[in-house]
Amino acid sequence: MIELRGIERHFQVGDERVHALNEVTLDLPSGDYVSVMGPSGSGKSTLLNVLGLLDRPDSGSYRLDDVETTTLIEEKRAALRRSHIGFVFQAFHLVPRLTAADNIGLPMMLAGAGPRARGARVREVLESLKLLARAQHRPDQLSGGQRQRVAIGRAIVMRPALLLADEPTGNLDRHAGSEVVALLESLNASGITLVIVTHDPAIGRRARRQIRMVDGRIESDSVDDAPV
Amino acid sequence: MRLSELLRFVTGSLIGARTRTLLMLLAMSIGVASVVVLTALGEGARRYVIDEFAQLGTHLLVMLPGRSETTGGAPPLFGETPRDLTLSDAMALPRHRSILRVAPITVGNAPVSYANREREVTVIGATHAFFPIRHLTIGSGRPLPMIDPERAVNVAVLGAGLRKELFGKQRPLGKWIRINDRRYRVIGILSSGGQSIGRNLDDLVIIPVAAAQSLFDTPSLFRVLIQARSQEDIPRAQAAARDTIRERHDGEDDVTIITQDALLDTFDGILRALTYTVGGIAAISLAVAGILVMNVMLVAVSQRVAEIGLMKALGAPDRQVLRLFLIESVVLAGSGAIFGLAIAGLGILALGQLFPSFPIAAPLWAPLAAVAVALLTGLLFGILPARRAARLDPVRALSRR
Repeated sequence: MIELRGIERHFQVGDERVHALNEVTLDLPSGDYVSVMGPSGSGKSTLLNVLGLLDRPDSGSYRLDDVETTTLIEEKRAALRRSHIGFVFQAFHLVPRLTAADNIGLPMMLAGAGPRARGARVREVLESLKLLARAQHRPDQLSGGQRQRVAIGRAIVMRPALLLADEPTGNLDRHAGSEVVALLESLNASGITLVIVTHDPAIGRRARRQIRMVDGRIESDSVDDAPV
Repeated sequence: MRLSELLRFVTGSLIGARTRTLLMLLAMSIGVASVVVLTALGEGARRYVIDEFAQLGTHLLVMLPGRSETTGGAPPLFGETPRDLTLSDAMALPRHRSILRVAPITVGNAPVSYANREREVTVIGATHAFFPIRHLTIGSGRPLPMIDPERAVNVAVLGAGLRKELFGKQRPLGKWIRINDRRYRVIGILSSGGQSIGRNLDDLVIIPVAAAQSLFDTPSLFRVLIQARSQEDIPRAQAAARDTIRERHDGEDDVTIITQDALLDTFDGILRALTYTVGGIAAISLAVAGILVMNVMLVAVSQRVAEIGLMKALGAPDRQVLRLFLIESVVLAGSGAIFGLAIAGLGILALGQLFPSFPIAAPLWAPLAAVAVALLTGLLFGILPARRAARLDPVRALSRR
């Protein structure tokens, strides 16, 4: 359960003061499927970064599972990020020297999980992603769609409650893109809260709830009850 | 994160940047190797000198006529003529329990001839005791006879080199040679290759001290070698010798007694200081390598900005990122140090093969200190890059493509 109340975020770009988030108030119930759309510079990525605890709002309140996150020290925010949130990036951000399995296991390794527990969980994830055959391949030996699936595997290996995807299909062709979206939707169907930031209206329209942002404000927030 | 996994991860990222890592290892290993090899050379020089002194004789005291140490008094206005150090002075010394042997010595240069061959060499006047004190060994014949030192017997022991030059292939024993128109019978030859603090023992002739005194027409001795009975007896022997001479010289303390140990200590101190200095200079190269570590790590941080951002997004706290990069630079420095030790080991081995008579060996502290300094520089110069990594803003780090 996510509650945003009056979130403000400003950036100083040269002499100009950019209002990236302006009085953003938003509730996301657990298991929600939300797409965030809007023109470049409308604040969608900033919203995602705030939701992901990567960015700290200048003012306002952000409660994640009833924990007020804006006043937490950085270390606690990192711990929340580790246990509650998974990220999927447009540029995949896989570590090039690590195999697919090691990339997926990276969050567990950083969290201090032993090789045995990690190996079992990574195998489980690889299986669910149908990537078992690629476990020992490095990113440069994988196709774009496979890379993004590995990145999604890494995002869910810690069993987060919230999955944040920033243009997950931006670097993929249509076919690979729709595969990735289908994978994300299946994860949502199993209970994970999914937030997708996208330029692509076709993908945005698939979400149950669609948020449109302009100039740092939520312009529209519509719930489409018709099943996909 | 477990240490073994940390190391594996860090090693992976170092191997990932192969060229950079290899260059860094090279720099670090040269630094460590130069510290170890240079200190090993210094230590070798020290051992060499100590060995040479040991060959000179054990528990040795050297008595010289005249007082060369400053006494702290006013400068002598009337030329202080020291009494001669005479043969009877020397012969009075062995009465003391602490003194094992005494060898009075006179030295001069004189032409030595046999048949029509003549050489200008060092003539040493000594007694039988001179041979055991100086560890001189006889190649053939016998040493000077054990006779009353006051007796001027005309016999001579030749150095091996002089024997060759005078006699060639002839048998020298029993032949008569001339020194300054006096005739001496050859009774022994020193074994060849003798060396003592750079002085060649090949080109000399040893005759009884009384004969030498008469040959050079001097009542005074050049010096007296005194061998104490044991290490502990050295100070006692020194005091006894001084007392004896003072008694015989009307209460005048007019000889200088140098203990071999004092001399040895001086050299030892000088060469140790030299070793430290050379080691310290070499350590500068380690500091340079440290700066290289910093450089390499800064490049690594800027090349891995996205990775650092990712680790933060995955929930790695700043502390962990800092630790990862610090450990990376320490591992870099440490493996460089290990390579350096290997290079140093090979270098010392090679030098030992090339110069077998030079006792080259690294003192134990040198590799330990070199590795410690290497690790420390790795840590120290790793701090700045690691902090830079830890402070990266994950949002900006991830938005860079």
